[in-house]
Order: sequence, then C-alpha cells, then structure tokens
Amino acid sequence: MPRGVWFSVGVVLLFVVLPFVYGNHDLLFSMMMYLVLAQGINVLFGFTGYLPFGYVGFFGAGAYGMSLAILLLHFPPFAALIAGAAAAVLVALVLAPLLRLSGAYFAIASLAASEVLYYVISNPHLTSITQGPYGINLAAVYDSSASYAVMVAVLALALGMVVYLRNSRTGLALQAIREEPVSAGFAGVNVVRERTRAWLMSAALAGLAGGAYAWHVSVFYPKPVFDLNISVFAIVFTLFGGVATLSGPVVGTLLLYGLYNWIGISQPQYFQLVFGVVIVALVLFLPNGLVSLLRRVGANVP
Amino acid sequence: MCPSALLSVERLSKRFGAFAALDGLSLELAPGEILGLVGPNGSGKTTAINVISGVYTADSGTIRLEGRPVGNLPIHRRTRLGINRTFQVPKPFKALTVAENLEVAAVHSNAGREDIARHLDLLDLSPLADRQALTLNSAQQKRLDLARAMITRPRLLLVDELGAGLNPAELTRMAQMLQEIARSGVALLVVEHLLGFLRVLTSRVVVMDAGREIFEGSLEAAAKDSRVIDVFFGH
Ligand SMILES: Nc1ncnc2c1ncn2[C@@H]1O[C@H](COP(=O)(O)OP(=O)(O)OP(=O)(O)O)[C@@H](O)[C@H]1O
Ligand SMILES: [Mg+2]
Repeated sequence: MPRGVWFSVGVVLLFVVLPFVYGNHDLLFSMMMYLVLAQGINVLFGFTGYLPFGYVGFFGAGAYGMSLAILLLHFPPFAALIAGAAAAVLVALVLAPLLRLSGAYFAIASLAASEVLYYVISNPHLTSITQGPYGINLAAVYDSSASYAVMVAVLALALGMVVYLRNSRTGLALQAIREEPVSAGFAGVNVVRERTRAWLMSAALAGLAGGAYAWHVSVFYPKPVFDLNISVFAIVFTLFGGVATLSGPVVGTLLLYGLYNWIGISQPQYFQLVFGVVIVALVLFLPNGLVSLLRRVGANVP
Repeated sequence: MCPSALLSVERLSKRFGAFAALDGLSLELAPGEILGLVGPNGSGKTTAINVISGVYTADSGTIRLEGRPVGNLPIHRRTRLGINRTFQVPKPFKALTVAENLEVAAVHSNAGREDIARHLDLLDLSPLADRQALTLNSAQQKRLDLARAMITRPRLLLVDELGAGLNPAELTRMAQMLQEIARSGVALLVVEHLLGFLRVLTSRVVVMDAGREIFEGSLEAAAKDSRVIDVFFGH
C-alpha cells in the first residue's frame, strides 16, 4: 500500500463523520475547501518550487465555470463541476508561459493574471454573460448536502493526487526539477512538460474547489471568489505545515484555519497579531514546516 | 567531417551580449576517445560544454552526434540521444537522497533498480546512498554528478573540472573511473586545469583562448607551442 493512503482515508472519513456530531457544516465545508487549496499549492510549490500568489484565479475560474455552465448551458450540477475544473485548466493553459518566469516574477505575474480575470468577469459590459458585478445566483440548484458530498470527493482527489506524487516517478521528477532544473534535464526529465502538468493538476484542484464552493453558497459576488486572501491563506497553511509532504498542508490548515475561526472572526485584531507572529516564527525557526519538527524527532510522517 | 566521429562540432559561436564566449570553435571526437580541453580562465571551456549539452543554444555553427544535428534539441532529448555531462560546480538534487538522485535518472532512461546499485558501487557512493545530497562534500557531489550522467548510458560525456579540489588519492581513483568509462566506448571531453591529471588520461588536447582553438595535438607538443605558452604565461 503506498505511503499516506491510510492518512488520507482518515482525513476523508473525518469529514464524512463530523457533520453528524458537529453542527457548523459551513465551517467544515470551508475547512475542506482550504485543505484542497493547500494541497493544490503543495502540488505546485512543494513539487516544482513555483509559488502562485494568483492561485485564487483558478478558484474563481472554477466557481464561474461551474455557475455559467448551469446558468447558460443548463448543465446538471455534477457536469457543471467538471466544466468548472475545465475552465480553471483552460486558464492555466493560457497562463502556462508564466512558468518561464522565475521566483518573484512568477509570483507577481500570476497575481496580476488573477486580477485581470477578476476585472474581466466583474466587468459590467459582460453582464449578459457573467452577470458582471451583480454576482451569481444558483438558488435553483442549491443543495447543501450534495455540495458537501462533492467537496468530500474533491478532498479525496486532492489527497490522492499528493499520495500519487509522493510515490510516483512523476513526483520524483517534479522534486528534481524543483531542486535543480538543469540537472533534471540531464536525468532525462522533460522539464517543460512535467512542470506544465503539475501546473494544470494544481489548477484543476482549485477549479473543483471553486465549483463546489459556488454550488454550496449558491449566491456570490465576484470579489470573494477572487479574494487574494484565499491565495495567502492557502499558501501560509501549506508552508506552516510543510510542503512536499502529504500531512503538512493538512496539519497546517487544520491548526491555522481552526485558530482563525476560534479567535479570528470574533477578534480579528488579535488574530492578525497571532497570525503575523506565527508566520515570522515559522520563517525563522521552521522553514520546512511543522511536520519537519516531527521528522526531526524521528517520526515517520507521510 | 571525419566519418568515424561520434561528435563533430563546427564553427560554434556563442555571445553573451557583445562578448564572444565561443568564437568559431570546431572539435571532433571518436567513440572511446578522450580529448582534453584546456585554456586559461574565461577562455570558453564551460561555455563549450554548455552549448554542446544544450544548456545554451549556439548563435551559429553546428553540433552533430553521429552526423545528426542536435544543436536545437532541448536538454532531455540530447540526454536520450546519449549526451551527458558533469558540472564545474556540482548540481545534485540537494533535498533528495543519493539513491533518489540516481533514481530520477534511472526511471527516465529506462535503467533498472540494479543499475542504481551498480552505479552507486561504481562511483564509491554505496555507503552514502541514504544521505541527503546536500550533506555530501564537493568530491562526493562530483561523483554523484558523474553517476547520474552514467546511469543514462551516455555515448558522449562532457566533464568539467572533475579534478579540482580532489586529494591525490581521489585524483588517482577519478582517473581510473574515467578510463574505465572510456574503455567501455564512451567518448570523453575532459575540461581540466590540472595538467598532471589530464596527462594520465590522454595525450590529445585542444587548447582554447578567447573562445577559439589555438592548438590541437599532444600535451607535450602543447607545452612547447609558443602561442600556448603565450596565453598561459604571456600576460
Ligand atoms: N551566462 C553567462 N552570461 C554572461 N557571460 C557569461 C556567461 N557564461 C559565461 N560567460 C562569460 O564567458 C566567458 C567564458 O566563460 P566560461 O565559463 O566558458 O570559461 P571557462 O573557460 O570555463 O573558465 P574557467 O576556467 O574559469 O572555468 C567568461 O568571460 C564568462 O564571464
Ligand atoms: Mg569553466
């Protein structure tokens, strides 16, 4: 059995069982959403070294792709969800040339791209297609438990993807590219193709999360689904837990998003303080994330 | 072009801005042959390796492997055709273990697990197999570079200053390894500052200066050539 399978099954089962004993289903839903986004960041950053600040653009593309497939093409929700993922992958294909940039240039360019997408979608002149600034209303297909179930499935897929990457030749090749792209070429790795594949997989995860989110909330404005904070949260959760591992982004999201919901919403000023301190401490003392601490004491974490 | 040549490079040029790092370099190399490439600092030796291996594309000139032009292929395609190299400053996958470093190359060149073990052994890396590459010293990292190249079964191997920083025992061992590699039919282009080390390997050298070949022949003859003496000791 590949490493990490039981961990993944455990996480998924947790979200299957929790709704029966815990009433705040919206919190469970957003927790799953961030788990998926964090793993999506992990696929890209952990395995290739690209940090996409504009990651939320794929999420928004997924939310809109799903919604417009329902509103304009009258797709049933499940098919529309696939359309949402396809929209995100399409955006990723268009943006694939950004992968030629490195480091901060890539991070900033991806951020700019997601802003462009936001301005296009919220443009009042496109109201007949995208509803422009007036937002989306999917009340006709609203189904809280079906959309919850879909997010559980997306979570399972995200975890499965990372399990695959941690155990496959593709994942090893991606880590080699992250470490030393030129040497990866001399190991026979088609660097451009592997990188692009990780980029598309990562975009697909965000697109699915965005689609499931759109269905779950049913009514939303463009701003919140293109909110930069979504990128920042997913990135911080991932880095906090530890990239290129399966458990790191999960641990990071559960702890930090839990903390956010515990004190962040009632007392945002304290949350910002705690969040800031956590990030600084992390960068200074645990650059490889929380799970690296467990590794250091000899634990075999997936 | 010599019919038995594995590699033939003709009038290769490469500029960085206005500066010509390679200025019409030509070379030929037969299977199993070891050619030394020497020259003062900045004469373009590493650039020659970079252009032949695909890290840079030449501005003009041709690179042929068994007559087939390869000058426009990306690195991994040249690797699959049998060109590989080591780096003056080694470039291992630092966060991966030594064995994983070789595994990357093995799976992408259809080598098996037993090839990993064999190459670890061949380059005295077996005791380090489970260490992260970043914990290796520079001599060990150079052998790891070499092992990663060898596992792809190259026909042409370009090595850049493998001798630098090795102690005498390590130098002797490295020379043995390179000789074994050449005996198996691999053509070797050896960029080297340590002429004593090079003399053990081969007698044929090309001397470069300012991106051009200024001498080709035996090391002994090179030592007596006035232009060679001039570029090494003249200024
Ligand atoms: N990527 C680059 N950008 C700009 N200039 C470069 C680049 N690579 C090499 N050069 C320049 O080209 C010239 C040749 O460099 P190269 O590294 O090929 O020399 P070398 O013969 O290998 O020298 P050394 O013996 O010091 O290793 C140098 O002047 C160097 O500064
Ligand atoms: Mg050099």
